[in-house]
Amino acid sequence: MLLKAKEPFRFYTRLHLSELTGLRATNLSQLLNLIKKVPGSCIYHHTHRFLQQHQYLSPEPPNDFAYWVTDVLGEDELGEKLSSIDTIQYATIRSLREKIVSTIEDYLKENGMARLRFAWEGEEFHFIKSVSFVLPTEYLVGDLGELLEVIKKITIDSIYFHIFESRLRLEKMDNDFSNWIRNSIGDKELADEISGLDPYTYTLDGLRNKLIRMLEKRIES
Amino acid sequence: MAKLEEYIPIVGQSVVDDLRRLAEKLKGKRVQHVNSTPVGGGVAEILNRMVPLLRELGVDTRWDVIKGGEQFFGVTKKFHNALHGRGEEVTSRDFDIFMDTSAQNIKEVDTSGDIVFIHDPQPIALIKKKTDNKWLWRCHIDVSEPNQKVWKFLMNFILKYDSAVFSAPSFSQRLPIRQFLISPSIDPLSDKNKDLPQEKVDEVLVKYGIPKDKPIITQISRFDRLKDPLGVIQTFLQVRRYVDCRLILAGGTASDDPEGIQVIEEVQEKAKQNKDIHILLMQQNDIEINALQRASTVIMQKSIKEGFGLTVAEALWKGKPVVASNVGGIPLQVKHKYSGLLCHSIEGAAFAVKQLLNSPEYARKLGENGRENIRNNFLLTRHLREYMLLFLSLFHGEDVIYL
Repeated sequence: MLLKAKEPFRFYTRLHLSELTGLRATNLSQLLNLIKKVPGSCIYHHTHRFLQQHQYLSPEPPNDFAYWVTDVLGEDELGEKLSSIDTIQYATIRSLREKIVSTIEDYLKENGMARLRFAWEGEEFHFIKSVSFVLPTEYLVGDLGELLEVIKKITIDSIYFHIFESRLRLEKMDNDFSNWIRNSIGDKELADEISGLDPYTYTLDGLRNKLIRMLEKRIES
Repeated sequence: MAKLEEYIPIVGQSVVDDLRRLAEKLKGKRVQHVNSTPVGGGVAEILNRMVPLLRELGVDTRWDVIKGGEQFFGVTKKFHNALHGRGEEVTSRDFDIFMDTSAQNIKEVDTSGDIVFIHDPQPIALIKKKTDNKWLWRCHIDVSEPNQKVWKFLMNFILKYDSAVFSAPSFSQRLPIRQFLISPSIDPLSDKNKDLPQEKVDEVLVKYGIPKDKPIITQISRFDRLKDPLGVIQTFLQVRRYVDCRLILAGGTASDDPEGIQVIEEVQEKAKQNKDIHILLMQQNDIEINALQRASTVIMQKSIKEGFGLTVAEALWKGKPVVASNVGGIPLQVKHKYSGLLCHSIEGAAFAVKQLLNSPEYARKLGENGRENIRNNFLLTRHLREYMLLFLSLFHGEDVIYL
């Protein structure tokens, strides 16, 4: 017999539009200055776009900054440093932005010549903002079995919302599934296990399958 | 015309469910598209498929077309070229002609929709009729380096809109109004993209006298210098030294375009006496284009400049490996070495084509990734979803919107 939750869990889904800012960088100094200034929604966009746009590829180029610095400017070492920023360690966009800024600043201190590299015309970095639209779905669940059944069939946009956007952009500190399992079901062990995943290293379908396996194992035991 | 249900096997039930959820939020809003032609050209092609689907979703949608004479469309063609960055002499008389016809349209076109969605520069002046309803301007043109005289003239109107929409990040400008990035799309159920039986593909090859004896490299595009057909032939000749293959260059040209006729003559001259090069000057025939793409081993799009380059999406949707220039909207569709190969030169293109012909497994993987990229990001259903989100954004200013 599965434990019933104190409060049911409502699945939401998240759709998004890309808003253009007209801001562009042609070299590292400009990139750095703009990263400091642009709205948090831009930082969010450029560190999360790949997850949804290239969901079938693994491993992913982890963020647009790393991709541009490596492929356009040819600064492979900085690109590697930017791509290895462990996004899951940051609880807010603000702290993630600070980490990106300090990574570039530290690199420029030691590699002054890097300021002299310019992007070719047409290969500038364009800053884009992510606008999210959050909608409730009809799925409401009251125990782990029901949660499992919905995770099997819900859109990957919904999984994305509850795992990535809720934690970082809405600053809930943890993903929605872990929060609910911990606080409403009272299963701290499973909640911690899900919180312990690094979701940035999965494709979205891979993440869905991982959640399914974890829930099935828990229900069986 | 395809119904929404028919897209479910291609994109999945959940994508169509999302469309229905969004349409629900637009209940009671009247959406009105306005452009300059009911047929021909990419905008009309998309609206012809988009408007019936919006209606099927229950979004009250109408589509109006402005009127204009030869002179007016002559001027808007000049605007188009000038916005693309081509040297074009635009005179004050041209602006007068534009304003005279616009004044007539302002009188005659009903713009009472809750959301008025204006496509491209031709109907842009209708904004003068704006009341308290919401207005959107969709620019389908590459305006990364626009002629400043024309751009400044258009800015008088653009600034009065609530939001603007562009197809690629490089087209965006610093504007005081909101601007969104929405890529165009292909319809997987249209004649150009639907599945075809092998017999149909073979029949088209026979019709054009193309044997199936060796790999085929194809570029589909107008015979236009910006599509670099001569560069494609040079690429082919470099590849042909090492790999036995054929080249198809297929497309049309406007009969009133003297430059187009000159280009095709040059292409034919360059290709003559090479029986492996097939130059097909075709009338619009979507099924045949579809068949030629499906018959190809590698598809090229070696454009020098490109608005968006939907022929790339068409090729990728058919699972074909693509070698394309890194211009316009092409890098949005092709992530180098993941979903195709990007190039900057004839030598680079030739190397990429050889790689793909000699490594069929690699080519197959790129084609597969490309198809999934198109499924996720460049099909009509994504376009439809983004248009509905765009309409909803007009009533919300925040970056996270709870509907």
